[in-house]
Amino acid sequence: METTIEITLTVNGERLTRRVAARQHLVDFLRDELELTGSHAGCEHGVCGACTLRVDGEIVRGCLMLAVQADGARVDTIEGLSDSGEIVELQRAFVERNALQCGFCTPGMLIAAADLVARKPAATREEIREHLSGNFCRCTGYHAIVDAVETACRARAGRKK
Amino acid sequence: MAEMRIRGGVAEGVAHDSARKHVTGEAIYTDDIAEPPGTLHAYVLMSTQAHARLVSIDVSGVVAMPGVAAVITAADIPGRNDVGPIFPNEPVLAAGIVEYIGQPVLAVAATSIKAARAAAQRARIDYAPLPPVLAIEEALAAQSFVAPPHEMKRGDAGRALGRAPRRFKGSLRIGGQDHFYLEGQAALAIPQEDGDMLVHSSTQHPSEVQKMTARLLGLPIHAVTCEVRRMGGGFGGKETQPAIIAGIAAVLAWKAKRPVKLRLDRDDDMLMTGKRHDFLARYDVGHDDEGRILAMDLVLAARAGHTADLSSSIVDRALFHADNCYFIPDVRLIGYCCKTNTQSNTAFRGFGGPQGMLAIEHVIDCIARRVGKDPLEVRKLNYYGTTTRNVTPYHQAIEDNNLAELTAALEASSAYVARRREIEQWNGTGSVLKKGLAFTPLKFGISFTNTFLNQAGALIHVYSDGSVALNHGGTEMGQGLYIKIAQIVAEEFQIDVERVKITATTTAKVPNTSATAASSGTDLNGMAAQAAAREIKTRLIAFAARHFQVPTGAVRFAGNRVIAGETDVSFAELVGLAYKARVSLSSTGFYRTPLVHYDRATASGRPFLYFAYGVAVAEVIVDTLTGEYKVTRADLLHDVGRSINPAIDLGQIEGGFIQGMGWLTTEELWWDKQGALKTHAPSTYKIPVARDLPADFRVKIWERGENPAETIHRSKAVGEPPLMLANAVFFALKDAVCAASGGDAHLDAPATPERVLLAIMDAKASAQKLAASAE
Repeated sequence: METTIEITLTVNGERLTRRVAARQHLVDFLRDELELTGSHAGCEHGVCGACTLRVDGEIVRGCLMLAVQADGARVDTIEGLSDSGEIVELQRAFVERNALQCGFCTPGMLIAAADLVARKPAATREEIREHLSGNFCRCTGYHAIVDAVETACRARAGRKK
Repeated sequence: MAEMRIRGGVAEGVAHDSARKHVTGEAIYTDDIAEPPGTLHAYVLMSTQAHARLVSIDVSGVVAMPGVAAVITAADIPGRNDVGPIFPNEPVLAAGIVEYIGQPVLAVAATSIKAARAAAQRARIDYAPLPPVLAIEEALAAQSFVAPPHEMKRGDAGRALGRAPRRFKGSLRIGGQDHFYLEGQAALAIPQEDGDMLVHSSTQHPSEVQKMTARLLGLPIHAVTCEVRRMGGGFGGKETQPAIIAGIAAVLAWKAKRPVKLRLDRDDDMLMTGKRHDFLARYDVGHDDEGRILAMDLVLAARAGHTADLSSSIVDRALFHADNCYFIPDVRLIGYCCKTNTQSNTAFRGFGGPQGMLAIEHVIDCIARRVGKDPLEVRKLNYYGTTTRNVTPYHQAIEDNNLAELTAALEASSAYVARRREIEQWNGTGSVLKKGLAFTPLKFGISFTNTFLNQAGALIHVYSDGSVALNHGGTEMGQGLYIKIAQIVAEEFQIDVERVKITATTTAKVPNTSATAASSGTDLNGMAAQAAAREIKTRLIAFAARHFQVPTGAVRFAGNRVIAGETDVSFAELVGLAYKARVSLSSTGFYRTPLVHYDRATASGRPFLYFAYGVAVAEVIVDTLTGEYKVTRADLLHDVGRSINPAIDLGQIEGGFIQGMGWLTTEELWWDKQGALKTHAPSTYKIPVARDLPADFRVKIWERGENPAETIHRSKAVGEPPLMLANAVFFALKDAVCAASGGDAHLDAPATPERVLLAIMDAKASAQKLAASAE
């Protein structure tokens, strides 16, 4: 049998302890063990960004990180960020601008975008495009996504003033 | 009294029905469906040889591995090992012979995907290599085709070419494209009682998955149910290919007597499944000194791969679009489906249309450079007329041509003429950065060219509380079909769209459906759903007239209410009354497209009910020392008729353009000398990302759009056509390459930076050679 290791981590604010296979990826752990299927496996080698998550406040690829590496970490998925209301402006902007079609990239795209909105709400369109260039979308052509993120950035910047 | 308008009726830009689920991660894709207890996971072992005889397959080592529940090869398939959609003998698992690197040879179901993958490596496969055919030219030379060639002609191209004052010949390479749907191929097969099978499949064509699964299992079609709520993208890649994935899962499930899930990882998906066909175009063209095209003889040869799949229809559609917007007096078009030992290429947004269109646009661009005119002038000179010069090479007269209006509008709004002058000035400054500009039009024929496919069904139930359940044969892959059809039904009943429950597509509700393909989803299913709604509405009107004792003409549905003479009740109240009066509140609806027909023997008819039109201008800047470039601005104007949902349609235009841009610029499929696809992952295969979006991107729906054909609410299909707006990017790049080399240049597609650089170097070298020989 393959090695399993006990880990304790906080997922979407909830502290839990689980035994995980040593080589299980974080995204598979979240999807298969915790039934958090909002994070999607797209390319499984860190290029497409569909599995983007937040670990200890940093955006990471859930397919490039092992579950054991998340021992002691705080992991936020689309489900948690959605429930907490943290990304409600971004979500609204995505819905209103139709910045999604098949939706497979959307959770990862939102988490990547939320990082920019929080850190640099004054970002230019050029900076938004650059920041999102690690997340593939095959449907929308990005135009609507950049518009939506810009709207959320402006709303955040406006509030800060 | 002012009537309340319903929410979410036709023409309203309401959000995608799943938008809220997408932004919260709640939307369920095939891989997210809760697995029944005991579900096994499958892995497919693929051929490592491009062409070889399968001498023996020994799976004893596989079976012995821990966790393995079932192993199948072709010999284990209880029914017919064939998923050919048009022509027979297209095996799911290789039988006796392998014909490409990536072909499924055997499959393993085990307790985990890891166990299945590890076990599969223990298979002993003995190959006896055969010589592979890897290039289109090789297949052409050997006359090796997967389907018979098809020819269209009008007039006498040979004679007209001989008489033309100017004539040239040449060829163009047009690359293929991987779909790169973000959600890879996936299926979950669950055995049912009586030996039946339920298949959840990420498919654009549930009826085909149902039929092929039944065929593989040796069952009648009614024993298999295929269901799909949504796909994470399809683009044509989930039209025929899912039958392979679902078929393997179902045969494993049948053998193991347990549910089996098969989800391909990205590399396996790219290695195994078919893509957009790459083409070789060879042309012989005659024109006059003005740039008017007089005659053309065009050969379009496609890489079909190892089986026919849909290649014959795809090559047909390439021929149907090899005129694009241009009248060619004497023309001969011939298409070949070349058999190669590579993936079996398949449907991809545009379905051959883009390749045919790129060939003629290339020809027009070459003519412009030969006669020394702006390519837009030559394009306009050759446009189809509205009443004369309006017959296509397949003898369909074009009755809805609005190219002149669209062209004039975009030429003005994009300031084409002024920018052309500015770019000429810039390019004259001697900078190593050169700019290019291009205007391209498109005309895309709407209807399946295989006429019988132009049919659709829908099923509507109205429950006793006035809530409505909607089902139809179309599938949702992100394009917004479900919401558009719900809007159509809401409009008929005059109820808010939230009162219409959108349900997953399943073969158990609407049978014998066509693929959601050919941009036809809304045209066909919208009409079928409208017919079903109207049937129920007719019954409700008859009931209301009886009940309220008014003539039927005095009964109206408006703003969530039903008005019957002086009486005004809510829709729900009327439904409740009708239910108690034993009125049937459920109906099917059916639609078949009128007027369309095509006779392959004479290559003539009316394959298309109507045409969709669009125009685009793109501007690029190229670094002539490296070949790198940026698209600095793009202006798109596209005709969607009267839009059913402008927000959804805008998304199709924006997304189609960027996907087309990827096809023509960065997306390159590359096979090595053994026939192995080496660009089988996003690390090497580059689809556009946000930074590739034109910095200045202006997208407009043609506001005066109206479909003269009697389509659903006079809308036009919008799924595929905008992809071809990206031709403007390709020809802007060619324009910059020509500017850099000071004359004509040759650029094949995709115009990767590498190819752009080589095109500049080649053009400069031949210009120097020409100058040297003149001295």
